[in-house]
Amino acid sequence: MTDIKSIYASIPHIDEISQHGAFDGTKEKRMGTFVERSATQNKVVESLEEAIRRSGLKDGMTISFHHHFRNGDNVVNLVVGKLAEMGFRNLTMAASSLSGVHAPLIEHIKSGVITHIETSGLRGELAEQISRGLMDFPVVFRSHGGRGAAIESGDVPIDVAFLGAPSCDPYGNANGYSREEDQSISCGSLGYARPDAKYADKVVILTNNLVKFPNSPYAIPSSNVDYVVLTDNIGDPKGIMSGATRFTTNPKELLIAKTAADVIHASGYLYDGFSMQMGSGGASLATARYIRQMMIEEGLQCRFALGGITGQIVSMHEEGLIDRILDVQSFDLDAAESLKRNRFHQQIDACYYASYLHESAVNQLDFVVLSALEIDVAFNINVLTGSDGVIRGAIGGHPDTADGASLSVVVAPLTRGRIPSIVQKVNTIVTPGSTVDVIVTDQGVAVHPDRPDVEVKFREAGIPLFTIQELKERAESIVGKPDPIRYKEKIVGVVMYRNNTVIDVVRQIEEDE
Amino acid sequence: MKLVKTGTAGTMESNDIMVTLEPKETGGVQVALSSSVMQQFGRQIEAVIRETLTELGVAHAVVDAVDKGALDCTVRARVNAAAYRAADDQKYDWGTK
Amino acid sequence: MMFVPGNNPGMIKDAGIYGADSIMFDLEDSVAITEKDAARFLVFQALKTLHYGKKEIVVRINDLNSGMGIQDLEAIVRAGVHVVRLPKTDSAEDVVFCEKEIERIEKAAGIPIGTTGMMAAIESANGVLNAKEIAHASDRLIGIALGAEDYVTDLKTTRSDGVELLFARCMILNAARSAGIDALDTVYSDVNNEQGFIEEATLIKKLGFDGKSVINPRQIDPLHKVFMPSEKDLEKARAIMAAIAEANAKGSGVASLNGKMIDKPVVLRAQRMLDLAEVSQITEVEEV
Repeated sequence: MTDIKSIYASIPHIDEISQHGAFDGTKEKRMGTFVERSATQNKVVESLEEAIRRSGLKDGMTISFHHHFRNGDNVVNLVVGKLAEMGFRNLTMAASSLSGVHAPLIEHIKSGVITHIETSGLRGELAEQISRGLMDFPVVFRSHGGRGAAIESGDVPIDVAFLGAPSCDPYGNANGYSREEDQSISCGSLGYARPDAKYADKVVILTNNLVKFPNSPYAIPSSNVDYVVLTDNIGDPKGIMSGATRFTTNPKELLIAKTAADVIHASGYLYDGFSMQMGSGGASLATARYIRQMMIEEGLQCRFALGGITGQIVSMHEEGLIDRILDVQSFDLDAAESLKRNRFHQQIDACYYASYLHESAVNQLDFVVLSALEIDVAFNINVLTGSDGVIRGAIGGHPDTADGASLSVVVAPLTRGRIPSIVQKVNTIVTPGSTVDVIVTDQGVAVHPDRPDVEVKFREAGIPLFTIQELKERAESIVGKPDPIRYKEKIVGVVMYRNNTVIDVVRQIEEDE
Repeated sequence: MKLVKTGTAGTMESNDIMVTLEPKETGGVQVALSSSVMQQFGRQIEAVIRETLTELGVAHAVVDAVDKGALDCTVRARVNAAAYRAADDQKYDWGTK
Repeated sequence: MMFVPGNNPGMIKDAGIYGADSIMFDLEDSVAITEKDAARFLVFQALKTLHYGKKEIVVRINDLNSGMGIQDLEAIVRAGVHVVRLPKTDSAEDVVFCEKEIERIEKAAGIPIGTTGMMAAIESANGVLNAKEIAHASDRLIGIALGAEDYVTDLKTTRSDGVELLFARCMILNAARSAGIDALDTVYSDVNNEQGFIEEATLIKKLGFDGKSVINPRQIDPLHKVFMPSEKDLEKARAIMAAIAEANAKGSGVASLNGKMIDKPVVLRAQRMLDLAEVSQITEVEEV
């Protein structure tokens, strides 16, 4: 055998061959059992503080979080609390979404720990304060697909991702549930955490449930993970997930759902082998039930259901009506359980789901049923700011699915209390009207003028059609004409479309006294 | 119409408004309104309250109104009911038509 | 006919959207005794302000013996209600008394006499036995209805499979037909039992009733399905009405279809069927 070190330099074109120098011997042979090694040589660090220190996080960097624990999440508050304690400043928080439980961030924003926020949505006190001008730098709102694309393209580089996981092994194979004996917390899919795990420089998994290697199946592979922190409180199971999503008995929602199902039926997109996505709102869920009835009556099969998944979709899968489920987020315990149990219930990540950079799953949708806070006469949709201009919602996959699906159906009551849902101009454009095909209200249906093909079919089916202007006037005739919301000049939020272009801004609200 | 005691009508349910009227000798009508739709409809709701009281001939009163998105006709109905209760009067005037 | 509690602004606001043929605002059983005045103001304002399209608007007033009933009439007749529903009608005198009060108010308010219609709800054994006299008691009556909850209590029984109501239903139906007015069936209270509701609706349609009261919008669709005539029956009805129109155009008093003379009852039935189809929305819905 040649002495490789002596001839190394004389290898022709050695500089052009991808290599790391001459072989220099192996590490010491490990001889313990794998069980022994799992206990000693692994990625588990003794504390969150230690993980943060080792991650190399510095002031001004970007940290990321997922929102699969919804309003039960404790990871964001735990980590940011620790970062504040350790004296970090000027951090960018790139969360897949934030909710009411994250109100403690207000203090960390005031003290300068967090200076930038990226998220799909905001709710509760944090949202209120940001609408009142809490932050100097505007919050950047991204759709789920838009965020995935921005992360995979490098538009939004993440330095350290802090990802909560209901199960993880000592090497970082992490999942939203566990096949081991039940450990009480389960969030189902970890779809929105997976781009972070894949693209962040450093990945810290926080888990309350350290299981034996290998934790399979896993959502996040150990190859993406740097450190694992065991902590007792990653979240409150009650806030993370409720049982089955309840079926609505609200007659108005049922009326809207029935009309939406009739619209889909008449549109021609309900055929044998179709694909669909349904939201988790009352009317969307009820629409799924009416669609189910039509499928049974006509012997139709759904090839796949996409997106946030509910027990309703699961039961249709289990009774053989839906072949495949692509689950980016499990909305209820039934969906999470099904992910464990059903082999054709597949967990997918945000990029696979809805990134505009490739033929993502939303592009294969026949129809999607979406809800809306406001719809304007140009069919633009707002799901982010309330009628009073205060941020109280999330973009979610709204613009991604409306753009991807062949037929986007937006359901909303014509009025909510005294607030009209159909207005001259929405407070905030989240989904552009050119991607919205049909509006279904309790008092009539409006079709986008660019879709005469489906309009003809609706007429033939006897669906009562109105222009969007007529629906707007009908709403106003009931509740009156609202005074416009008063805003200040200051921009508190920037809304990005799914291709990372700026589509609208949110301004600080003007208040009396 | 003369108010003689405190009169309340309406509920805190959505689409309703709870109106409380207190008699006063002078000082006109003072309205304290809180509403779930203050920015968009607060001005209109207060106008309807004042207009209804004027029609009833109530010149002085303290009005406390908690609105949960009531339509104008509901505001009128609740102000009427509260006023008749505050006046301890059951001789309702329904107009000629 | 859909029942809407008279003191609930949200339900009053949305009452028009569910496709009920008529809407009945209730000032009686659904309103607490302390809120009668507030409900009266609310229904009064709603009738004057809100638009319910072509729907028939009915208000159920309180018992006229209670004193509140007269106040209810004072308000709603002036507000232009289409039909006053009189509760607990035991005799023809009850109807006549109510009619006189309506007439007095119409006069006082400058409303043409006879504008306001009436409907009598029969809710006692006495009422059932007097059904014929009640049905004939006023030209304002457009129908009589069974109110089963009080009636079964009066009979010392409870609601069950419907056998307990058979006599009352038949009496009311025959009384209505003898007077040439509508017969309306009672409510079905178990909103969650759709099958039971459909069975009851099917039974009363077989008996010959013109409609049924519903307490929840969810009952409207199943009810319309039961009462909806078949497309074949509708075709025939349309052909009959076309033949009549043709005969009228020619100035001929006698119409015929496929060589058979069309009798007046046949025409009436065809017209009723088409009316029903319109409210059941199986023909195309016109734009507003």
